[in-house]
Amino acid sequence: MVQLTINNIKVNAEEGMTILDAAKSVGIHIPTLCHLKNLAPTGACRICSVEVEGQRGLTPSCAYPVFEGMVVETNSPRVRRARKTIVELLVENHPPDCLICVRNKNCELQDLAEQYGLREHRFAGETKTHAIDISSASMERDPAKCILCGRCVRVCFEVQKIGAIDFTNRGFTSIVTTPYNKGLNISDCILCGQCILVCPTAALREKSSLKEVSNALNNKNKYTIAQIAPAVRATLGEEYNMPLGTDVTGQLVTGLRRLGFKKVFDTNFAADLTIMEEASELINRVQNNKTLPMFTSCCPGWVKFAEQNYPQILDHVSSCKSPHEMEGAILKTYYAKKMGIDPKDIYVVSIMPCTVKKFESNRAELAEETMPDVDAVLTTRELVRFFKMAGIDFADLPQSEFDNPLGESTGAAAIFGTSGGVMEAALRTAYFKLTGEELTQLDFESVRGSGGLKEASVTISGLKLNIAVVNGIGNVEPIIKDILAGTSKYHFIEVMACPGGCINGGGQPIHQKPEKVMKRMKALYQIDAEMQTRQSHNNESVKILYKEFLGEPNSHKAHEILHTKYFNRKEILNN
Amino acid sequence: MHKDVFKNYQKNDKSALIPLLQDVQSLYNYLPEEALKDIAEFLGIPLSRVFGVATFYNQFRLTPIGKNVIRVCRGTACHVKNSSNLLFALETALGIKAGETTRDKNFTLETVACIGACSIAPVITVNDEFYGRLSVKDIPKIIKTYTTAQQKAAVEIKAEESAA
Ligand code: SF4
Ligand code: SF4
Ligand code: FES
Repeated sequence: MVQLTINNIKVNAEEGMTILDAAKSVGIHIPTLCHLKNLAPTGACRICSVEVEGQRGLTPSCAYPVFEGMVVETNSPRVRRARKTIVELLVENHPPDCLICVRNKNCELQDLAEQYGLREHRFAGETKTHAIDISSASMERDPAKCILCGRCVRVCFEVQKIGAIDFTNRGFTSIVTTPYNKGLNISDCILCGQCILVCPTAALREKSSLKEVSNALNNKNKYTIAQIAPAVRATLGEEYNMPLGTDVTGQLVTGLRRLGFKKVFDTNFAADLTIMEEASELINRVQNNKTLPMFTSCCPGWVKFAEQNYPQILDHVSSCKSPHEMEGAILKTYYAKKMGIDPKDIYVVSIMPCTVKKFESNRAELAEETMPDVDAVLTTRELVRFFKMAGIDFADLPQSEFDNPLGESTGAAAIFGTSGGVMEAALRTAYFKLTGEELTQLDFESVRGSGGLKEASVTISGLKLNIAVVNGIGNVEPIIKDILAGTSKYHFIEVMACPGGCINGGGQPIHQKPEKVMKRMKALYQIDAEMQTRQSHNNESVKILYKEFLGEPNSHKAHEILHTKYFNRKEILNN
Repeated sequence: MHKDVFKNYQKNDKSALIPLLQDVQSLYNYLPEEALKDIAEFLGIPLSRVFGVATFYNQFRLTPIGKNVIRVCRGTACHVKNSSNLLFALETALGIKAGETTRDKNFTLETVACIGACSIAPVITVNDEFYGRLSVKDIPKIIKTYTTAQQKAAVEIKAEESAA
């Protein structure tokens, strides 16, 4: 324990704690920009400067550890002046776009300008100009709005271990960008959007599909269908100040209907379908000595990573399309036929927690003939904007039920939205398939939680399965290296590119608090626990779908409609 | 051929980045894109970081260098003596901007913060030669000194074009 004084308040802090954290522990807020929780400080922005008695200059509190008897002033006139100057310099080199900016009212630079009372332009001068990078299907990079805090660089390099973007040049010309300033679409980027979640401004943002979707809704010839991913229902309420982890499924369905969607279905239905296909594929691989371990394929960020970096392991990736693509495919085949709608008129919009899904829905092979399985993807954030635009008061909406038959789902599908969930759901069904009996204990605690790599072994009627759950793409490399070396002990591996899984996807409400992720996860496990049916193979609508249309899991027809193939993107990127 | 240089380094040794960049540059006089990619792969560093380091330090160049390097001093003393006019005259005469190389690869034009010859400001250097107390009128003569007959014709055409 170390005793110090901050703003005349006696503080007991732990050895090694930073001034920033010590201040926080007694309710003193110090502004930060470059600081990222759980990563080593860089001291780049200096906005967290404080006065430490006996030290000549100001001290960056995010990087400086406390010591015994330290006397700190976090809010002296000198500190305030310094911070204000920093903010002024940032603002003067920033486009004056607030009114038309997608981050208006959710921008850390705006907040600081307000907090430090900027009322005049003291440093007007040359400002940087940069082209906007719109090359990727998922994201936009607008370096003119970048304040060079480096948070995106660090998340991409240190957490995701991709390193698609970095600081280049120096001084006035420094800019965070891709190598040779080329488009994100031909960089190492996997479009996970984790950088968007940490960006304090709108320098990084999703590519919006609102225009296309609203056009489709206004087109009388289109039969518009929305589907909602498991992870969206547990986070969207945050944008309306509801408690963390509030389940807003019922309001979402009502809201989407009010936007004009003819039908609102649940991606969870297709998650159950995915499990039927994936569990069968796994059992087939294990029983017939085919390529193992098998990776899950629900996460398009992970798939893109494998295609770009390790094309030699693509055989290990399950051939199943991701759930929302399966839902789209079934809508444009089975459902269209059943309802007597021309599939060309169906317009499927996926509400997703994810930025990569936009890229995924553009993949040419994810289509029935020439019709894309999914026509457009909206992130959680975009949907909120849509509701606002349409004058829908989300918080006051009554609840309603999904349409059927593609709206029914089980608890197994609900947990798809969190790291470990796909694995758990698959095991429940694999157990049943192999033994003909239901598991008595449905919860697999060992694959839950926020660990980067979670492992377990399960023995099902004499068959021992070693499983692993990779949480965050930054943790996948060692596992792949093992496979390449022929030393992998696993049979089945789940990978989600975003730390925490889709619940913390790049399209989710923007927050800067890692502890939020756990609360969101809990909400999904809660939905699962409260479900009547908690195993995918007990989804009645899925059973009917097989009986009426697909036949068996992994049948020829199922393969045609629900499975896909992958490409060596390393070659594509290098040429 | 830059891969031969790699032999002197440990694979995945991230601390070798700057020396390796230096070695490769002395091989080609600049850092080709292919070489940066190979360095990134060899050291296990993302290309973005290799590119970031290569663009941070002035000593590294990413475009091929001309046979003759002209450096225009833009330090304070030279600035006061209107070195910006010299730069503009050179850019016009050579048809390139500072930081670029002529198409025939005969000249590379650069600016430097201070050459350290303030007493003869404004000053430029061509390769290791200093030219001080210059005025715009001196520029054509200096360029001529470093231009072969054949190249001269090309440069003159350019100059005419930009005059027109
Ligand atoms: S989207 Fe993901 S991979 Fe791409 S730059 Fe951002 S953090 Fe890196
Ligand atoms: S793009 Fe955003 S997160 Fe990245 S350095 Fe710029 S302001 Fe910071
Ligand atoms: S937050 Fe401390 S230096 Fe940037």
